[in-house]
Amino acid sequence: MSTENQDPEIILNVTTQDGAEHALVALEGWRAMEVIRDYGLPIKAECGGACACATCHVYVDTAWSDKLIPPTEEEEDMLDEAFEVKENSRLSCQILMRPEFSGLHLTLAPGSEPD
Amino acid sequence: MTDTPLYTAQTPGSHFETDVIIAGAGPVGLFAVFELGLLDLKAHLVDILDRPGGQCAELYPEKPIYDIPGIPVLTGDDLTQNLLEQIAPFDAQFHLGQMAIDLKKRDNGKWRLTTDMGTTIDAPVVVIAAGGGSFQPKKPPIPGLDAFEGKSVFYSVRHMEDFKDKNILIAGGGDSALDWSLNLRPLAKSLGLVHRRPDFRAAPDSVSKMRTLVAAGGMTLYTGQIKALHGEDGVLEAVTMKTADGEAQVSCDILLPFFGLTMKLGPVADFGIAMENNLIPVDTEKFETNVPTIFAIGDINAYPGKLKLILSGFHEAALMAQQAFRYVHPDAKLRFQYTTSSTNLQQKLGVK
Repeated sequence: MSTENQDPEIILNVTTQDGAEHALVALEGWRAMEVIRDYGLPIKAECGGACACATCHVYVDTAWSDKLIPPTEEEEDMLDEAFEVKENSRLSCQILMRPEFSGLHLTLAPGSEPD
Repeated sequence: MTDTPLYTAQTPGSHFETDVIIAGAGPVGLFAVFELGLLDLKAHLVDILDRPGGQCAELYPEKPIYDIPGIPVLTGDDLTQNLLEQIAPFDAQFHLGQMAIDLKKRDNGKWRLTTDMGTTIDAPVVVIAAGGGSFQPKKPPIPGLDAFEGKSVFYSVRHMEDFKDKNILIAGGGDSALDWSLNLRPLAKSLGLVHRRPDFRAAPDSVSKMRTLVAAGGMTLYTGQIKALHGEDGVLEAVTMKTADGEAQVSCDILLPFFGLTMKLGPVADFGIAMENNLIPVDTEKFETNVPTIFAIGDINAYPGKLKLILSGFHEAALMAQQAFRYVHPDAKLRFQYTTSSTNLQQKLGVK
């Protein structure tokens, strides 16, 4: 049982396709995609988080590259259906938020925009 | 999985008459067949995919679904199979691999739905169960791509002969990219495959065949991503690829990008039904659109409190069917019965 003070907020910074910056409050265990969608930011994410469509493609700020849990083979395979894939490309539905990821910065990548 | 097909797919290009046309053969469209069938209404389904199941078939056939009432866990494929089994007694007709492109009212008051392959279906009632829209090929975000589409850039291969003696470049790392590389290789003048990384997710057997061909000089493999197209009037001459070492220009006549499918609203937007934010507003008694006799159920509809869940679509299908019956048989009395107790319903379901 934890008797600590209330946990600090987990902040997820997101740059949308139009270049605007957004600071979102994430919940532990939520997928970054779900946080972005919950805030009503433009993200297609059409498979709903099943790692099956690549329409939640993001670029991870390079300062965070080594801190995240590396992508699974399944995620790498799915990134094959994304465009303009870079070294720091991820599917945001495969990034599960946790306290140590507070401050993470993601940029919505081509293919993530809704119709 | 069963070996015998659970559904009948019609050959495109003919004319059909039925009670209800369902646009979309995903889980909600399939269950609509059941609810309509209990009321003796016949249905035809149209879907752009080549098999029933919608998102369950295309996006997550092997992923577990945990929120179907009474079924703790099943996959998208299992749900599709179960639904096909459940609706088999009603002998719905499927028009697959076809996109519904036009919906017009006839002089006799019936709707005529036309597909891109020339199939026409007439019925007094139409149900839009199109989910997120039509699954269409993902298009690479390359400037000026549109001008080349249909002339030098194709997202599917309908007639292999069209590509005879061409310099073909295929982009992608999945089964479509690999299968078409292997199939088109013998008739192409030259064939290249470009993929973003050295690893492929396609079937290992195709990948090893491809690597053997590459080693023997029969085709070329590039690791990179296409960023620009070059040519005039839609006639492709070359592409620029971004590679690990910088950029490379590769000559080609034909580009075939295979990056999977994505949902686009498509022609539904032109059916004359009111829409808001790419969704179709409906009432919550009948799930009818602003156009009487046209209903919208499942992910494509919108109403206060809407949740995009398969189970919501099932409920919507049941209520829609009641009103559809009144339209198809305006003079008949509608009896609400339970499948557990009604001999009549059980006969329809083939219960012995």
